[in-house]
Amino acid sequence: MASLKDLRNRIASVKATQKITKAMQMVAAAKLRRAQTAAEAARPYAEKMELVLANLSRGIGPDMPAPALLKGNGQQQTHLLVVCTGERGLCGAFNSSIARLARDKANALLAEGKTVKIVCVGKKGYDLLRRQFEKHIIDFVDLRAVRTLGYVNAQAIGDKIIERYGKGEFDVATLFFSRFRSVIQQIPTAQQIIPAEAPAAGGAASAAAYDYEPEEGAILDDLLPRNISVQIFKALLENQASFYGAQMSAMDNATRNAGDMIKKQTLTYNRTRQAMITKELIEIISGAEAL
Amino acid sequence: MANFHFELVSPERMLFSGDVESVVVPGADGEFQVFSGHAPVMSTLHAGVLRIAGNAGAPQRVFVRGGFADVSASGLTVLAEQAVDLAEVKTDQLMQDIKNAEEDLADAKTDDARARAQSILDGLRALQTAVAH
Repeated sequence: MASLKDLRNRIASVKATQKITKAMQMVAAAKLRRAQTAAEAARPYAEKMELVLANLSRGIGPDMPAPALLKGNGQQQTHLLVVCTGERGLCGAFNSSIARLARDKANALLAEGKTVKIVCVGKKGYDLLRRQFEKHIIDFVDLRAVRTLGYVNAQAIGDKIIERYGKGEFDVATLFFSRFRSVIQQIPTAQQIIPAEAPAAGGAASAAAYDYEPEEGAILDDLLPRNISVQIFKALLENQASFYGAQMSAMDNATRNAGDMIKKQTLTYNRTRQAMITKELIEIISGAEAL
Repeated sequence: MANFHFELVSPERMLFSGDVESVVVPGADGEFQVFSGHAPVMSTLHAGVLRIAGNAGAPQRVFVRGGFADVSASGLTVLAEQAVDLAEVKTDQLMQDIKNAEEDLADAKTDDARARAQSILDGLRALQTAVAH
């Protein structure tokens, strides 16, 4: 049995851990609020973008030549997986569930005989995927130094992807991130960004009498790369909100577990102490009786 | 003069949404002014200044760079990758930023970093020209 000193030390250490997890939970809660506002503020832009894109792509008939970013280059051989994860751990299953989704997809594609290339955004996803897909990972973007996610960060990633697409390095690109539903629910999501998934036809929008400046094709060429960046930006913001949500609930759990452990340990400690006192008393009494 | 609905959106947030009388848009093929009842137009943007009139609550002059404007029956929507209200720009701060950007450009080692620094500098210079006018 552990001595009293051991127990005391153990309780003290669990208490220290609890303090840390509690603090982390509160920090995550504060950051979550900010991340959530940022994600909501970015929504109108993405929505408008989709609307305009839907309008434009409706104007293009099936027999007309369409930009490769919209309709694809007619091949399905090489797939690029853009895996966005967090930069840090201590957030429950957040990183591993995104990585698992990407891993499943990669395995399925490999089984079909397709070529898979992976771009990792965020250190944790890189660490998780490196072991299995070392030779498939072609790029790794580290966002740890970034304090507030800006559009420029997403743009840098988007530009690189488009450049690779231009060079014909891949045919299909899929974005992996976690959609923020609520603090306790984050949904790992796969979204195809190249070729752009056909935007749902809005129906009533007037595709007819639009003037284009410069002409349609040029606008679409200008717009599609932007759309990629916007989608990545949206994914990064959603990811960040999800990360803090996951971290908050993970730390909440940890704090509660630490509390339970302290309770149990304290009980054992008191029992042991009582047992020792009783033992000493018995020794004294039996010693006195012997005299 | 009838007003129409105008929205200015940047990737980070919605900057303005409300009714205005007219907006001058720096289109890729030249500036154009939008009034109520304008024919539907879709245009990409040049780096330049949006001039908004007819709403005291709206920013009057906004520097925009990259993006596009969409004029439809429901109004004008400007999606700008970068949008700065010129009333909020401080000249000395801007000068400092430009100086920093120039230093970054001089320090840049890789082609990649140089291109990035150059584009930041170009953006700031365009903003400076806009402020000066």
